[in-house]
Amino acid sequence: MRNKTTRKPIDIVFRCITYFAISMTLFALIYIIGYILFSGLPHLRPSLFSFNPPLDSISITPPIISTIILIFSALIIAVPLGIFAAIYLVEYAKRDNKVVKIIRLTTETLAGIPSIVYGLFGWLFLVIFLGWSQSLLAGAITVSIMVLPLIIRTTEEALKSVSDSFREGSFGLGAGRLRTVFRIVLPSAIPGILAGVILAIGRIAGETAALLLTAGGSPASTIFPTSIFDSVRPLSVHMYLLVMEPAPGYFDESRNAAYATAVVLLITVVGINALSAFVAKRLAKG
Amino acid sequence: MKNFKENLMRIVFFISALASVAAVALICLFLFANGFPAMREIGFVNFLLGQVWAPGRGYYGILPFILGSIYVTAGAIVVGVPIGIISAVFMSRFCPKRTYKLIKPAINLLAGIPSVVYGFFGLVVLVPLIMGLPFEMRSGQTMLAASLLLGIMILPTVIAVSESALRSVPESYYEGALALGASHERSVYFCVLPAARSGIFAAVILGIGRAIGETMAVIMVAGNQPRMPAGLLSGVRTMTANIGLEMSYAGGLHRDALIATGVVLFVFILIINWSFSMLKRSMEQ
Repeated sequence: MRNKTTRKPIDIVFRCITYFAISMTLFALIYIIGYILFSGLPHLRPSLFSFNPPLDSISITPPIISTIILIFSALIIAVPLGIFAAIYLVEYAKRDNKVVKIIRLTTETLAGIPSIVYGLFGWLFLVIFLGWSQSLLAGAITVSIMVLPLIIRTTEEALKSVSDSFREGSFGLGAGRLRTVFRIVLPSAIPGILAGVILAIGRIAGETAALLLTAGGSPASTIFPTSIFDSVRPLSVHMYLLVMEPAPGYFDESRNAAYATAVVLLITVVGINALSAFVAKRLAKG
Repeated sequence: MKNFKENLMRIVFFISALASVAAVALICLFLFANGFPAMREIGFVNFLLGQVWAPGRGYYGILPFILGSIYVTAGAIVVGVPIGIISAVFMSRFCPKRTYKLIKPAINLLAGIPSVVYGFFGLVVLVPLIMGLPFEMRSGQTMLAASLLLGIMILPTVIAVSESALRSVPESYYEGALALGASHERSVYFCVLPAARSGIFAAVILGIGRAIGETMAVIMVAGNQPRMPAGLLSGVRTMTANIGLEMSYAGGLHRDALIATGVVLFVFILIINWSFSMLKRSMEQ
């Protein structure tokens, strides 16, 4: 029972503004998702997923495979590094240590750097300076640096949420710090870490600008890349090129394939988000 | 033996933690080492304040792109910030619990949609919509399209940060206002909201960072003409778009000028990031 006696017209105005704003937000979301699904689903034909060589540049099977390989290789680098860094920050470092402050500052800085700058860096350092050319490896390392702050932050939060009594109990039983971390703290923090890793997968799956510069974009000649130095064309880059640089004379086919690719990307990301939320909810339940 | 293992792993953890320091150092090193010589060769003034970008004729002025980035970002702020902040007010003070459980993941989803998909949506929906406006224009790929699209794209960031700022305002503020006879709306808008202003300011800064760094979506809807911005209903090219569009075929000084564009963008981002973390720190104290 809110104080209805003092409600004045201005209150009703504020209430209307509030509901208007949230409706606009939800309208944007529903419109984008609804539009992509409704106009994209009819174009999602089996022929788009063709495995048969010669591969036309419209088939989205090689891009899907490239994206999956990229995700896995980036995670192999970023997940252990991120988890170890978070363990150091939460379990080992002293609060007011200068080095820790610098680590936090740089991690925050990394989180704010736009993907095109990552792309530029990956291109300058990995593609040109190390001479890897635009390749699977260069792309994977670039995006692994990109998702590193995300993994550090979510792992840190997960580790912090483990009750100190767990640690004290373990120390009390005579376990060392290392054993406590790996046997007691880390297992309890796994759902939170997993939720972060899943979010990182979503980020990589949707990443375009950084991969355009580092992984290349030339259409695949084989279904699977043959080496880590092969140029690959991830799904998001594929979609961008379908829209912006359609093959001459194939405008309609390219545009339709772009609609279908948008659906695949959107469903992937929605699924990944739902999965992450589900895992995080299990964390909350304990 | 046990001590050795403990110490070894402590060092491994420490080195891993230094990875992000190394990454930032390398990024700075490679950008500045490649960008500064180009700036010197072109001339700092000619580069930063030059109004003509014509690599074929030796003109490398990026003022149009700096202004383009600033205008488009300002447009995104005008579109996204009011709606975002008020949506956050709704989420923290007006939303029934059951609705919240539905809306919160939906807004997170908005943050998860890849920028190419946003760009594509902008290209096939917003651009034709703008083309249909009763004004004279060559194409719907305009500053307006980019601002609208970026305004939508920064919504989840602005909402999430403002919401947590609003939630960190002590409940006693709200209750005190109610006790003085203010209505629910009045208490929220005139007492809780002003108390959360530094957090909301941080949300706006983070939104600015998102908008100025966005590349793919902007390339797809902004038109990308390399000339001085000429109003809401004409095309515009941002710094990010300049890098993304020309990097694949540039060589020589042209390529270095693009890297230098990246340096300018990077400096903008650093300033924005640092103001954000300074604001966050002052909030925590």
